[in-house]
Amino acid sequence: MLNSSAMRAFSTAIRGRPLQVAVIGSGPAGFYTAHRVLKDIPDVKIDMFESLPVPHGLVRFGVAPDHPEVKNVMNKFDEVATDDRFTFLGNVHVGGKDLPLSALKSNYDAIVFSYGASEDRRLNIPGEDLPNVYSARSFVGWYNGLPHHRELMPDLDSTDTAVIVGQGNVALDIARMLLSPIDVLRKTDVTDYALDALSKSRIKHVHVVGRRGPLQAAFTAKELREQMKLPGVRFNTDVQLLQSELANGAEYLNKSRPLKRLMSILEKEIGSPNILSGDKSWTLDFLRSPSRIIPDSTNNNVKAIEYELNRLDGPTESRRAIGTGQFVTQECGLILRSIGYKSIAMEGIPFDESSGRVPNKYGKVLNGQNEVPGLYTAGWLKRGPTGVIATTMNDAYETADTLAADFVAGKPFLNEVDGIGQKTGSQGLLQLFKDNKIRPISYVDWKLIEKMEFEAGQKFGKPREKFGRVEDMLAVLSTEDLKTSM
Amino acid sequence: MFFDLYRPYTVHFITPEGEKIDVKATEGDTMLDLAQRYDIELECACEGSLACSTCHVICEQEYYDKMEEPTDEENDMLDLAFGLTDTSRLGCQIAMNKDLDGLTVKMPSATRNMRVDGSKPTHH
Ligand SMILES: Cc1cc2nc3c(=O)[nH]c(=O)nc-3n(C[C@H](O)[C@H](O)[C@H](O)COP(=O)(O)OP(=O)(O)OC[C@H]3O[C@@H](n4cnc5c(N)ncnc54)[C@H](O)[C@@H]3O)c2cc1C
Ligand code: FES
Repeated sequence: MLNSSAMRAFSTAIRGRPLQVAVIGSGPAGFYTAHRVLKDIPDVKIDMFESLPVPHGLVRFGVAPDHPEVKNVMNKFDEVATDDRFTFLGNVHVGGKDLPLSALKSNYDAIVFSYGASEDRRLNIPGEDLPNVYSARSFVGWYNGLPHHRELMPDLDSTDTAVIVGQGNVALDIARMLLSPIDVLRKTDVTDYALDALSKSRIKHVHVVGRRGPLQAAFTAKELREQMKLPGVRFNTDVQLLQSELANGAEYLNKSRPLKRLMSILEKEIGSPNILSGDKSWTLDFLRSPSRIIPDSTNNNVKAIEYELNRLDGPTESRRAIGTGQFVTQECGLILRSIGYKSIAMEGIPFDESSGRVPNKYGKVLNGQNEVPGLYTAGWLKRGPTGVIATTMNDAYETADTLAADFVAGKPFLNEVDGIGQKTGSQGLLQLFKDNKIRPISYVDWKLIEKMEFEAGQKFGKPREKFGRVEDMLAVLSTEDLKTSM
Repeated sequence: MFFDLYRPYTVHFITPEGEKIDVKATEGDTMLDLAQRYDIELECACEGSLACSTCHVICEQEYYDKMEEPTDEENDMLDLAFGLTDTSRLGCQIAMNKDLDGLTVKMPSATRNMRVDGSKPTHH
């Protein structure tokens, strides 16, 4: 962090008005960046824009319902929101025709892009669009109450086998949701409609499938341990492959404590007797690349998935999967692809399609080699869609420090490139909001929505019952509340 | 501070900027408790429930050896901490006792980027 007294002297002497910063996206990246900028620069005003009426991004819509401790971070975000230099503008999507980025550029000195990764990577194989084949993103969104996926309604009761393609933590979150005792889920903030569907679910066997071998799995120890502890759920895997990969990779494993500890969980499990007990199961399948999804000829539902078998090539630290030309099929009635989230471009800022990120240096947006004045990025959009909240926090702090250092160094912000003028932040957008019928939701409004969620949840012994539809969220706020929040 | 009279132990925090902050502690206080009480910027995203790793601190070997072994659950989270060392612990899991009087905990400087101290960027 920067020395604040130096900063205070600088900011008031030069500008005579606060630095106007817009943050786009209210996930951890947005909130942690805002927090640090508020600390670094005393004379600042931050407006945070969020497409949805409700804040917190993937903390609300990604993190699994049975991980309430992870969501404690919302208290920190609430604290940030109480700073009177901070304003939350929910229900305001940036970058569409109603509110183009250009409107923000002319009203702010700096813009932080932290709008995350709102799409997912596809397998690009035949049958991917059959009924009951979903992206992890939409399935997670469905059970977590993301309005966009409220109506997904996956069919969980005409099959006993699900396949999840991908071996990261999101895949394990889903496997756990599908195999957990329903009474455990009842006490979480899982949405009521998802709880209903899960309580009728017939799914007993979940395959978690990867292209490469055990040492390349991307999930982490906590999630794996939880998976192994699920009551009545057997664990299957290719024991021979696991053992030979562990033996071959012994030297490499000794150099990586996290991987070594992760592998020891698998090793322990294959040696333990509860591998045989339970009428449900989960299986880690390795060396399989999905090649085709096969429909049932009678009803066009998914009937099976076909894989090409792979072999591993190259040294342990950079194993590659090479197709063998041999194929196997696995019968299943539900397929979830969990091979990664993907950010999308926004008109008006540089975007690197191949890496799916906004090119940047320590968070400052780059156009080729050149820094773009006043534009910054943080979180999954900056770094790519990997990493936990702690990673996102560090990365957001880096961006905030870059912004503050630019400020101290007197580097140009947006006003210097867009012509001068008194930047007034959201004040300058009020007419546009009016014209385009944009109704921003304040943080106070959100807390009102949240209060209703807590109350609704209490009736069922859940921490909260989320509103699944935008209309329902907005209906909580009387016209009167909306007026005062403007 | 007046109440410090009743707090028998001392803990030294070293901030990522290298500043040293000495505080008084009572039996059972965790680093998270102390950070909150004395307004020290130790992050605690999950508020001490072993579900983040933002409260990562680095201890001196001598004190580290006096602590109880970290549990599997703590190690699982430590594995995700940035800049893990052999004497790393999660601040919310270190509870004060007589043996730990005089403990120094260093908050790692994960966020200090090249612009500031010439080191490599922290991600990738
Ligand atoms: C399924 C899942 C489970 C996870 N579980 C954990 C966990 O248990 N523990 C953990 O530490 N981490 C977990 N993570 C990782 C963690 O969620 C991410 O590290 C973090 O949320 C990334 O933060 P972000 O702010 O970059 O993106 P996001 O959290 O996605 O926030 C982006 C926000 O921007 C908004 N937005 C998008 N476009 C626009 C626009 N045009 N205008 C305005 N707003 C916009 C979105 O609505 C969203 O609110 C999980 C991730 C997923 C996907
Ligand atoms: S505060 Fe989250 S693990 Fe310590």
